[in-house]
Amino acid sequence: MKIIVCVKQVPDTTEVKLDPVKGTLIREGVPSIINPDDKSGIEAALSLKDQYGAHVTVLTMGPPQADAALREALAMGCDEAILLTDRMFGGADTWATASTIAGALKTMEFDLIITGRQAIDGDTAQVGPQIAERLNLPQVSYVEEFKCEDGKLFLKRQFEDRYQELEVKLPALITTLSELNKPRYMTVGGVFDAYGEDKVKTISYQDIKDHVDVANIGLKGSPTRVFKSFTKSPKALGQFHDGVTTDQAVELIVSKLKEKFII
Amino acid sequence: MDFNLSKEHKLAQELFKKFAEIEVKPLAEETDEKEEFPDSTVKKMAKIGLLGIPFPKEYHGAGGDNMAYAICVEELSKVCATTGVIVSAHTSLCSSPIYEFGTPAQKNKYLKKLATGEYLGAFGLTEPGAGTDSAMQTTTAVLDGDNYVLNGSKFFITNAGKADVYIIIAMTDKSKGTKGCSAFIVEKGYDGFSIGKKEKKMGIKGSATCELIFENCPVPKENLLSTPGSGFKIAMKTLDGGRIGIAAQALGIAQGAIDCTIAYVKERKQFGKRLSQFQNTQFQLADMQTKVDAARLLVYRAAKAKDSGAPYGAYAAMAKLFASETASDVTRRCVQLYGGYGYTREYPVERMMRDAKITEIYEGTSEVQKMVIAAALKVN
Repeated sequence: MKIIVCVKQVPDTTEVKLDPVKGTLIREGVPSIINPDDKSGIEAALSLKDQYGAHVTVLTMGPPQADAALREALAMGCDEAILLTDRMFGGADTWATASTIAGALKTMEFDLIITGRQAIDGDTAQVGPQIAERLNLPQVSYVEEFKCEDGKLFLKRQFEDRYQELEVKLPALITTLSELNKPRYMTVGGVFDAYGEDKVKTISYQDIKDHVDVANIGLKGSPTRVFKSFTKSPKALGQFHDGVTTDQAVELIVSKLKEKFII
Repeated sequence: MDFNLSKEHKLAQELFKKFAEIEVKPLAEETDEKEEFPDSTVKKMAKIGLLGIPFPKEYHGAGGDNMAYAICVEELSKVCATTGVIVSAHTSLCSSPIYEFGTPAQKNKYLKKLATGEYLGAFGLTEPGAGTDSAMQTTTAVLDGDNYVLNGSKFFITNAGKADVYIIIAMTDKSKGTKGCSAFIVEKGYDGFSIGKKEKKMGIKGSATCELIFENCPVPKENLLSTPGSGFKIAMKTLDGGRIGIAAQALGIAQGAIDCTIAYVKERKQFGKRLSQFQNTQFQLADMQTKVDAARLLVYRAAKAKDSGAPYGAYAAMAKLFASETASDVTRRCVQLYGGYGYTREYPVERMMRDAKITEIYEGTSEVQKMVIAAALKVN
């Protein structure tokens, strides 16, 4: 089985501090990590490899520094790594990112594509599903549990209040949640192997130009426009009403909602 | 001169730090309190390759180097010095001499299992009457047919009882003094080999430190390491390498104490101010970190020298001398900054202070390190 795991290198948001004056994130000196949901995707692929034998390729799109995320994935046990990097890919929103990654995937063989649910820096959860759409693949998002039997996946898909049990034929794309598993550690041997020989293959626009529409990549191919970024101001302190009966409480709430034209 | 870690060393360091924080730190206090050997941690370390870092893949090692090994012992010792010394004694004192002096058959039989952590290793040189004066060996090995028969005892042996394989130094020809010493690979379970009393120690309490007893213990002659009479040389070379491990352990203890103390002084208030706002606190910590950084450069220099095949004995001695004395000094000063709380077992710095002391004693006291350094300087 050939598995491709798509990952994103993100700033470790647990280490991010806010600039108290500008109200923006201070990214300087913040370590970069593999996005946690994506790391669970790597673990899912590696556990399939442990159980059934598989070739696991890890892929990321990003600046040359994203190489570090790929080396970590190799040190965990992935067999091959691909870095999609080109100035033309820069500034991409989820639409352009998905079209670029899908373009690269069209040049590769696979049975299963795994992406994390969403990245902790953008929180959109859009790239995985968009890749599946562009490749015309069945997709199951929010996977919290799965097993593989007879070329089919049996999955549990998480919702807020329930879950779905699904069966899907390969090839397919799934998006994984960090609750799915506990990602393994790298091994020391894996670390030295990851850097021992050049295991990271770089793919640029030239390599995939026949599989991607230039109008759909990079900043120019990104329909998303950010109008404004702002830090939400804190809400005013709530009002407390002690010693009221249930009926009085209902009346009070209804009158307040009417006052604000909510009902 | 490049003072930066290479990319692979940085990634390895990331792994060691994470493992130490998640798997080792939560057990450190209990390991010390109960004086319990952390068996479960050793298994976990084996799984990710921490027990065979500097050995080639051919012998099932990680294919890393002594630099990575030193960083590993440092990171483990930041949170638990017991765990640090288990790795150090296993790697430097048992696996290394087999790698450096063993025959291909010995490497295949023992090093492979040591490097994967299937076997744990130990080393026996010290005797009740042969500590710093290690030439005064009384354990004997007499050739009898296909076996050497060992008699005697070894003292203060790290990993004793828990280890599966021991490198034992014994006299094969008393008339030749140190040139009559030989080194043997001895397996747990050999007839006549037993583990004696466990020492009650001041620090590194989770580490198993016991006596080894040999009563007519037959050791197959193919388990002789190198040639008869080369045991003392092997022991001294082994200790040269071991000092990099202990220096890294001392370095880790010192840095671990500073890291805890910085967090503490930012919280603790006295006289209406945080301790961190007092200039005394700032100057103390600045002074301590400067010494620890200097120790780190010495440790890394020794490890790099060993990796490059250059002579490293004096570098390792300097690293151990300075790092161990720094660890004792720094941990004592950290306890002082904590004040009364630092003296209680509620906080980790008193454990670190107790753990630090041994690094000035084992694998050659500070005085022995000075002898090694002075000899390299050709002072006498």
